[in-house]
Amino acid sequence: MWKTIIRRVLIMIPQLFILSLLIFILAKQMPGDPFTGLITPETDPNVLEEMRIKAGFYDPWYVQYYNWIANAAQGDFGQSYTYKKPVADIIGARGLNTLLLSLLSVILVYLIAIPLGVLAGRYQESFLDKSIVLYSFISYAIPTFVLSLIFVYVFGYRLMWFPTSGTVDISLDAGTWEYYWSRFYHLLLPAITYALLGTTGIIQYLRTEIIDAKTMDYVKTARSKGIPMKKVYSRHIFRNSLLPIAAFLGFTITGLLSGSIFIETVFGYQGMGKLFIDSILSRDYSVITALVMLFGFLALLGSLLSDIILSIVDPRIRID
Amino acid sequence: MSTNTNELLEIRNLRTSFRIKDTYYPAVDNVSLTLRKNEILAIVGESGCGKSTLATSIVGLHNSINTKVEGEILYNNQNLVNLTDTQFNKLRGNDIGFIFQDPLSALNPLMRIGEQIEEGLVYHTKLNKTQRENRVLELLDQVGIPNVQRVAKQFPHQLSGGMRQRVMIAIALSGKPAIIIADEPTTALDVTIQAQILDLLKTLQDEIQSGIILITHDLGVVAEVADRVAVMYAGEVIEEASVVELFRNPKHPYTRSLLKSIPQTNSENEQLEVIQGMVPSLVKLPRQGCRFSSRIPWIPQSAHEENPELHEVAPGHLVRCTCWKEFHFEDEEGSVNQ
Repeated sequence: MWKTIIRRVLIMIPQLFILSLLIFILAKQMPGDPFTGLITPETDPNVLEEMRIKAGFYDPWYVQYYNWIANAAQGDFGQSYTYKKPVADIIGARGLNTLLLSLLSVILVYLIAIPLGVLAGRYQESFLDKSIVLYSFISYAIPTFVLSLIFVYVFGYRLMWFPTSGTVDISLDAGTWEYYWSRFYHLLLPAITYALLGTTGIIQYLRTEIIDAKTMDYVKTARSKGIPMKKVYSRHIFRNSLLPIAAFLGFTITGLLSGSIFIETVFGYQGMGKLFIDSILSRDYSVITALVMLFGFLALLGSLLSDIILSIVDPRIRID
Repeated sequence: MSTNTNELLEIRNLRTSFRIKDTYYPAVDNVSLTLRKNEILAIVGESGCGKSTLATSIVGLHNSINTKVEGEILYNNQNLVNLTDTQFNKLRGNDIGFIFQDPLSALNPLMRIGEQIEEGLVYHTKLNKTQRENRVLELLDQVGIPNVQRVAKQFPHQLSGGMRQRVMIAIALSGKPAIIIADEPTTALDVTIQAQILDLLKTLQDEIQSGIILITHDLGVVAEVADRVAVMYAGEVIEEASVVELFRNPKHPYTRSLLKSIPQTNSENEQLEVIQGMVPSLVKLPRQGCRFSSRIPWIPQSAHEENPELHEVAPGHLVRCTCWKEFHFEDEEGSVNQ
């Protein structure tokens, strides 16, 4: 198992190399340079030119690429043009925000979707099943930003149950109990919105898997042993039906950092999704390249994690 | 004939019907059978004749949503047809063991062999964890599995087909059952393994003295292990006799055709004998008259009974319909074909 994991990690190196090369080429094609953001009406063009030479702007592309990669490997993605701060610091702060929001969202998604999927599959074709399937299709059809706006308007603006934007009440001091509560409070509405809309896949998967599993021979065997139906469900049907969901878990875990562009934008939540869209709009290239690189890396890591998780839960899949 | 005390399971007028578009069609129609102690009763027939449906009806494993079971299945003075699922759970895996056709799909791929055998013991015995684990090893040993400690910790996909079927048998045996129902236990296995599994079933039966209902379409298997045979066609038992009697003295046209269609290695005839036509579908099946008549069209209708019943033609030998008296194969002398 460890051998395979190491091999998979080693394979990731060329994959990351190709990804970084593509990103580098695209970034080079974009207008502007690292000093565009520093230019003011008083900037002396000669000084700027000197800085460019000093920074290696005129070096051959492979030298530039090497420097970029070498720095990136040490966590230095350069300066953000818009924020005038190291990219790594910005991504670090936003990453934490997104991680908290995604984590709560994903937990809510599983809390809603797993019971609903199980119920729909177990009581197939019943009124309950039909209602659950209807909900899952409606929620799939509603665009995220529409429900977000409705929720912001109804629960934030009208009923005033939840704050409408931001990550924390700025009047509070960091580290106090109220501060943490306020952070959590700011997470709730966006997370609930996300969770209500994000359940379709899991509900549908689980429902079909359970309906499938019910007719499997091993379920008949279990029943022929005289095990109560409740136990047959929990030990045989449910466990085996969770496999495809477990297979996605790796992507879900690494996806926690990607953030949701729509949710974060509508709720004014300072996360990765909003950072990504903002930096595209303001052409903050160093942030964009760093984010694309990071998302690419997470996707590769996600597939590895998924394989490892699947090999743990399904004894038939062994990686060795 | 055996005495009453030897009767383990008595099926009387069992009818299992499936719902197709709001109408119930019997797949098992008016079947009456008796299983005695220490006896292997084979139920033979082609695919779709209702033999597996009969097996699942006995243990209540049919889908209760679209299946209706009527009649009587008497075991220990109770009628199994009327049992609730909870009452059935006390019998299943304890009094009645079940062996399925395909041992790969019949074992849960995510559970260790030991766990799967142990599971039934949790509900039917008062053994504690260590006692249960010891019993699992004992059972594995009983069905001839080597290296029981290791196998108990393995997953189904790590075992061969024969080993898996042995595990299934161990599961069926775990409750020391009075009745074992084996639904085509050797169909998914190759010939040498088939023989081993059949030997094992016979040996075990001698040890535990239980009654076995063996469902199969393989007359070779029947000849090898069974004591008594019931031949089923289109949901009905059309002939019932002891194995010796049935093979020596088959009466019903269907039984005779079946026996004739067994490939003979020393036969000069290069063509395989087949029964023309096929089993009529559940919906189109004629409910009156001899159900086999459409497949022996050269026999005049007058030879069949109106509502064919089982007639005792010799002690313990039952044949449905009267058409056997006038039956001959199509290519034999006296053919009135067209």
